[in-house]
Amino acid sequence: MSGRTLLDKIWKSHVIHSPLQEAARIDALTEGEMADHEDLLGERQEMLYIDLHLIHEVTSPQAFEGLRQAGRRVRRPDLTLATVDHNVPTIDRDLPNPDPLSATQIEVLRRNAEEFEITLFDIFDSRQGIVHIIGPEQGFTQPGMTIVCGDSHTSTHGAFGSLAFGIGTSEVEHVMATQTLRQSKPKTMSVEVTGELGPGVTAKDVILAIINRIGVHGGIGHVIEYRGQVIEDLSMEGRMTICNMSIEAGARAGLVAPDEKTFLYMKGRPQVPKGEDWDRAIEYWRSLPTDSDAVFDRVIVIDGTSIVPFVTWGTNPAQSVSVDGHVPDPAQAPEEQREAIQRALTYMDLAPGTPVRDISIDRVFIGSCTNGRIEDLRAAAGVVKGKRIANGVTAMVVPGSGLVKIQAEDEGLAEVFTDAGFEWRDAGCSMCLGMNPDILAPGERSASTSNRNFEGRQGPGGRTHLVSPEMAAAAAIAGHFTDLREVMA
Amino acid sequence: MKAVSTVRGRAVPLDRSNVDTDQIIPAKHLKRIERTGYGEFAFEAWRRDPDFVLNQPQYADAAIMLTRENFGSGSSREHAVWALDGLGIRAVVGVGFADIFRSNCFQGGMLTVELPSEDIDHLMNLTAERPETVIEVNLEDQKVSVVGGSWHRSFEIDPFRKYRLMRGLDDISMTLEYGPDIDSHESARPDWMPTASLV
Repeated sequence: MSGRTLLDKIWKSHVIHSPLQEAARIDALTEGEMADHEDLLGERQEMLYIDLHLIHEVTSPQAFEGLRQAGRRVRRPDLTLATVDHNVPTIDRDLPNPDPLSATQIEVLRRNAEEFEITLFDIFDSRQGIVHIIGPEQGFTQPGMTIVCGDSHTSTHGAFGSLAFGIGTSEVEHVMATQTLRQSKPKTMSVEVTGELGPGVTAKDVILAIINRIGVHGGIGHVIEYRGQVIEDLSMEGRMTICNMSIEAGARAGLVAPDEKTFLYMKGRPQVPKGEDWDRAIEYWRSLPTDSDAVFDRVIVIDGTSIVPFVTWGTNPAQSVSVDGHVPDPAQAPEEQREAIQRALTYMDLAPGTPVRDISIDRVFIGSCTNGRIEDLRAAAGVVKGKRIANGVTAMVVPGSGLVKIQAEDEGLAEVFTDAGFEWRDAGCSMCLGMNPDILAPGERSASTSNRNFEGRQGPGGRTHLVSPEMAAAAAIAGHFTDLREVMA
Repeated sequence: MKAVSTVRGRAVPLDRSNVDTDQIIPAKHLKRIERTGYGEFAFEAWRRDPDFVLNQPQYADAAIMLTRENFGSGSSREHAVWALDGLGIRAVVGVGFADIFRSNCFQGGMLTVELPSEDIDHLMNLTAERPETVIEVNLEDQKVSVVGGSWHRSFEIDPFRKYRLMRGLDDISMTLEYGPDIDSHESARPDWMPTASLV
């Protein structure tokens, strides 16, 4: 028998029952109502226990309402953590919220948290922030756990070797009521990134390269485990950036095996076990990595030395090209791709063959659950230091959490940004998805460190180019995309 | 959840791949605290184009949407399903679906049917040329067919999902039957695992 993958190990330790048991039980419960018992034998869904449920203001109100209507409680409020992030303002928080609908949603979460006795990191709590930033920051995110949230970028937490994935609102309600979820076990995919990254090449470029290679639906039905020298060499922040965008390749989740770097990052954080508990925990965590003889359903190998700084040119995250490259020409593309490329270029208002460096930008957004951590801000500040943003460019930095903000201020990064002309904001999802006032005007073009360049994602008619924090900072200085090595020279 | 067995009606051909949930329902319309009221904002940006297929009167009462690869990609927002429902769509037939979206559809009683690309080609052409064509998605028989014609195809669905859809069973009450199993799993969890109480 071959060895087990990290996914196999986490999955098995969380399965509460198998499908066949379910079939037998239902048969008994409905007393023959089910005409054909055999129907259920092919069922693949298993019931998984959920160790941590993260909730936020946008995808939870209907779930709480469902509980109330059915007279149900939250089974484990102590395994549930709430924060406000998606539509909170990032400026003037002491003033009334300019958007009454957002204000209502935030207030409803407050009331629900109180009624169901759930801990809430509210807007003036320094621990408030993007839900996928604060989990790891507080040490809630630990190897071997199952973590869910009504948000697709829950995959971020996989960087710690925890199985973490996004769910819809009905499933949020299911987890609230039962602390379980019914899931089919995904297939496993190994994405190995070999060698070393060149100068100026970041975790963001690695994940954009991976998505470019396997496509926006290449990961459907799979959990990707990222492996290889490049992944091992990355910081925890970099691994989070990569796992975060697993969903952009269609994958159910991303995973990185926990290692000494993981433990070093976790040690001392508020929710991480201490003393003897730490020793017991670490022994378990060390048993989790994929066995050397385990077999993956699919294997992809990417040469890390060949990865370059990427810029997306289109309207999905696989439509990307090297900063030294050109926007594609549909006429030279395979016939089945032409229409989609042309549609994307029309939306993005780009002529075929345009050099990426000739694309001018109006706005720069540095932040999001993809790139809103302290390391991202340090990297961007390193590019910006002592320079000014280009005329006509508006740029903002939105830290991923209140604590990231405080740390960046303590380290002098905030001053570097404001001296260069950036706006320095409060923590939240902000311009990543355009639910609060931080949006692009129609036709505006952004260099953004976020995760999605879908049509209208950052505001109706807005045009988004996804890049690393360093590349976004360089674009802010130059006014157009540029190889950051030149800006830094 | 209401029981679902058969969806029958006109089909609107949305001939695109990778239709993301930001197109189906833009983020700025996710601020409601109800499950209803999203239909008028569905495909808001694309509907500004008068030629967009959903603006064609011949598809106005379509109950089925035809699409290509990776429909429902991106955000986990279940509001996308509620928005389609608000448009009157009860089944989506395509080459492939994003995982979370498909799961959300199941929760909302929206049928998702996967067919090979050449079958979708056929249905796209048919409904473009003859919008009045009535298509039937039959869950019990796991069959898509052209009403009054001979064309039909079988599709796959997880047996347990089918069972629950056809009976309109509530997922949560079924899971709560497993209370003792959940209890016993919980009692075996290591006590050093994190909790969010009194943080």
